[in-house]
Amino acid sequence: MDASAFPKEQLLGMYRMMTKIRRFEETVRDLFFQGQIPGFVHVSIGEEAVPTGVCAALSPADYITTTHRGHGHMLAKGGELRPMMAEIFGRRTGYCKGKGGSMHIVSYELGILGANGIVGAGIPIATGAALASSFRNNEAVAVSFFGDGASNEGTFHESLNLASLWRLPAIYVCQNNAYAEFTPTSESTSVKDIAVRAAGYNMPGIIVDGNDVLAVHEAARVAVARALRGEGPTLIEAKTYRWEGHVVGEQAFVGEYRDPNEVEAAKRRCPIVLFAQQLQETGFIEAAELERVRAEVERDVQDAVAFAQSSPFPDVAEATQDVFAST
Amino acid sequence: MREIGFIEAINEALAEEMERDPAVFVMGEDVRLGAFGATRGLVERFGAQRVRNTPISEAGFAGAGVGAAMAGMRPVVEIEFASFFYCCWDQICNQAGKLRYMSGGQARMPITFRCVFGAMGSAAAQHSEVVYPQFLAAPGLKIVVPSDAGDVKGLLKAAIRDDDPVLFFEHGRLGFTRGPVPEGEHVIPLGTGAVKRPGTDVTIVAIGAMVPKALTVADELAAEGISVEVFDPRTLVPLDEEGLLASVARTGRVVIADEGHLRGGAAGDLAAIIIDKGFDSLNAPIKRVTALDTPIPFSPPLEEFVLPNEAKIKAAVLEITA
Repeated sequence: MDASAFPKEQLLGMYRMMTKIRRFEETVRDLFFQGQIPGFVHVSIGEEAVPTGVCAALSPADYITTTHRGHGHMLAKGGELRPMMAEIFGRRTGYCKGKGGSMHIVSYELGILGANGIVGAGIPIATGAALASSFRNNEAVAVSFFGDGASNEGTFHESLNLASLWRLPAIYVCQNNAYAEFTPTSESTSVKDIAVRAAGYNMPGIIVDGNDVLAVHEAARVAVARALRGEGPTLIEAKTYRWEGHVVGEQAFVGEYRDPNEVEAAKRRCPIVLFAQQLQETGFIEAAELERVRAEVERDVQDAVAFAQSSPFPDVAEATQDVFAST
Repeated sequence: MREIGFIEAINEALAEEMERDPAVFVMGEDVRLGAFGATRGLVERFGAQRVRNTPISEAGFAGAGVGAAMAGMRPVVEIEFASFFYCCWDQICNQAGKLRYMSGGQARMPITFRCVFGAMGSAAAQHSEVVYPQFLAAPGLKIVVPSDAGDVKGLLKAAIRDDDPVLFFEHGRLGFTRGPVPEGEHVIPLGTGAVKRPGTDVTIVAIGAMVPKALTVADELAAEGISVEVFDPRTLVPLDEEGLLASVARTGRVVIADEGHLRGGAAGDLAAIIIDKGFDSLNAPIKRVTALDTPIPFSPPLEEFVLPNEAKIKAAVLEITA
């Protein structure tokens, strides 16, 4: 897509978002290795164009569900760095008051109906949010982000069937990063292109370069418009690549399971570098402007780390709160 | 007071709550037809959007119910038979039950899952199970097991209005019973048990379809000079501990009758609470009358042998009152 067709502010906003996701996750990864972060951390480094491109096509009232690898979706839907980082540190000032952690950071106010530790679990939840929207004349869309692995879960198939049957304003974004945990997609999935599965549910199945943020954005824009017109759901397969492992720190127990050349080749198609090149080709965005964005992001990420580190842990009395709304 | 059928009472509760709150809608397999009667006539009154037939796709529509609840609706999801909950275990236990807690109290989850449960006569093991004990071990879920027409109406209305996920268990055998149900607004707060019959010598704590059996036993034993109190907890989560322990304190002897299994069951759970908090009231060991620890068999004499019944409850009472 030609970047010069977009307003400059929107382009810089997308660049800022991708950079923010990248630096947030690199920082979290490094802090994990320093022993500052408890639990499991899954990063989506190399996949930043997918949440950025899709969420740029959404409005605040729209819903998303995300996954264990969900920092990018959370940020792209409007999540703030400080309470996100604090949640990852298990602090009371986190979005979930320290009860969720990296895999489960959410803000319902932002229309995020759960990150999820269960692969495929967010797909019917987004379908249900789309169902709720259908009661209100399709005023909002619901996007479910999930990986290639989740497309082999029953919930994926059951949800696509329901959404198509009921013409729900749902968008299913399969962020195909080539690996489900430690297994390549080719060993786990009966089809080469997950998008073809849409045909079984009578909906469009779109394949898009998941490292091209404007291409992702365009596919999402078309799907959103279709959903808001009441014409039903779309499956978008955004093909990308997971630069890092399934879980940060896995080197300690799984060893090497990918060809290093494959990883290096993927890194040569960095979505942020590709986008920066595209922006400079527009003629109206200078390298210095991108440098300034990077510096601002860096400052904000370090501010979030300091905020998280200086935040208190929850009081143990909070452990028994929030189980029920009423007892 | 007027008497109506158990299923008619469910139907009234659903219709009244749908009338009261436009966010309430019903979804499940064959709910428009209302194969068992509970949802019959709703589609004519409230339309196809709010009375939604689903494919046989429990994980899909249970999960969609969870999402709809979080996005502003108040779904009543029908899982035809309790054993089918196994097909959507993740959506109930990992999602409905946990998302509020995991999000630090952000998620709203006003959803009710209704199901038919229990042995109704040679339905075999996959259509006869009790299932609610498994959910007792999953925090974040409310569990309701009504025993008569009046309670099923009042408790279902409370369940639908509740802002937490509620699992609502309707025993298949009770579907054929009738009982007094007040006219007009009738809501029973979750967490309130009921003394279904007062007595002084022994408490039978009975759950669901065991309640009418316990009442029959109480009648028989009254003729033999034993005064039986029947306590129905009505909701297992939240539990009316105060009411339960007060009954135990009055009688000092306890039989717990539940159609679930002995190991890992609701009867054992209640017994443990009584021992922890009411030990000083007890004058005899607590007896549990439950199904045997087998899948529920098909053949009628085998099923009869495995299930708890009046004779087994009576024998347990006599064992600790003799």
